[in-house]
Amino acid sequence: MVVRCAEVWQEISNYLDGEVDPGIRAAMEEHFRGCKHCTAILDGARNVVQLYGDERMLEVPAGFSQRLHRKLEEGMPRRKGSAFGWVMALGFAALLLLSFEVGNPSQSTAPDLRSDMARSAVHIPADLAVVAVADGKIFHVPGCRFIHDKDKLQAMTAGEALKEGYAPCVRCLKKYLSESQVGVRDQAQTAQLEEKDPE
Amino acid sequence: MEPRNEAMLIERIRRGELELFYELIRPYERRVFAAALAILRNEADAEDAAQEAVLKAFKHIRQFRAEARFSTWLIQIAVNEARMRRRKQQAVVMEPMVDQQDQDGQYTPRDFADWREIPSETLERAEVRQKLAEALNSLGQKYREVFILRDMQQLSIEDTAKTLGISVPSVKTRLLRARLMLRDLLAPGLGGSWSKTLSFAKGNKPW
Repeated sequence: MVVRCAEVWQEISNYLDGEVDPGIRAAMEEHFRGCKHCTAILDGARNVVQLYGDERMLEVPAGFSQRLHRKLEEGMPRRKGSAFGWVMALGFAALLLLSFEVGNPSQSTAPDLRSDMARSAVHIPADLAVVAVADGKIFHVPGCRFIHDKDKLQAMTAGEALKEGYAPCVRCLKKYLSESQVGVRDQAQTAQLEEKDPE
Repeated sequence: MEPRNEAMLIERIRRGELELFYELIRPYERRVFAAALAILRNEADAEDAAQEAVLKAFKHIRQFRAEARFSTWLIQIAVNEARMRRRKQQAVVMEPMVDQQDQDGQYTPRDFADWREIPSETLERAEVRQKLAEALNSLGQKYREVFILRDMQQLSIEDTAKTLGISVPSVKTRLLRARLMLRDLLAPGLGGSWSKTLSFAKGNKPW
């Protein structure tokens, strides 16, 4: 089979990719042996493929990778993190909170308690119905026998009482206070008050 | 990255280890950018499109089918993203002269200069890379896209056709034209005038 220059040019790309039939391939190779022009074109096309196929031709602007990762980070849903990620995040949050509390005790958002002797209660349900005396310091479960001024009682929730700075009664609300919160002094007071109990 | 490792990474990402996505895309970042640049011809636009494409790949990783190659799928997303952006810009973008000169039909080389092997060290020189990039940018869109996917991204002819939504014969025709047009554009420079300023200057050519 004899092929002309124009036919060779049309198949040069397929020839480089190994996409021509064996018969045509053999005819082209025969043609290249006797044609300097077509050989120059073949060499040039091969050079083009080799030069552009080099990794160095795939340049990216400086900082491209970092900007891409930042963008990806922004697009990642935070709630779908792995269990490990969650544990790490929670641990970090706990540490942060602890360091904040230890380092800045005065910065606490809880209001000052009205009673120096009272302890705050974190385990009382916020929606628990309680009563407190308007100018008093303690809030109680309605009916608590340690309420002193029953004529001035106001009804509210435990959450509201705590916000107002009332402290929980260490007797009627005792079950909501942890051992660490009911200090020795509280227990002593309780015992003392119980001794004075009119009933 | 080995296909097996890649498949395992993708599976773990699907199960929730999202941070592994960084590792998955790292080998392909440059290729995503190059694909977008081929279409948009502007680095800033290409970077935006590349970022968006990677983000879309992340969001749709569950839609990736294991029988396909991840790199091909990712490049396809980048091409689509860049094409969408180009359509928005098209009113103001002018196609280069080369596009109008090359109609369908037989291609006749314009230069028969003898251009033998170019040493790969040539690419260390920024000015050579710049000349190659300029030549590539002067090609018409349809030739540039095929050439970049096939010869720079190393996609197969079939994957190139699939990615661009064109037939295999169209890929072959455009690839032939792209390669020969680039040869015509580069042969005089790499074989002659540019070489006066390069290390392989006339008389010192390694071939």
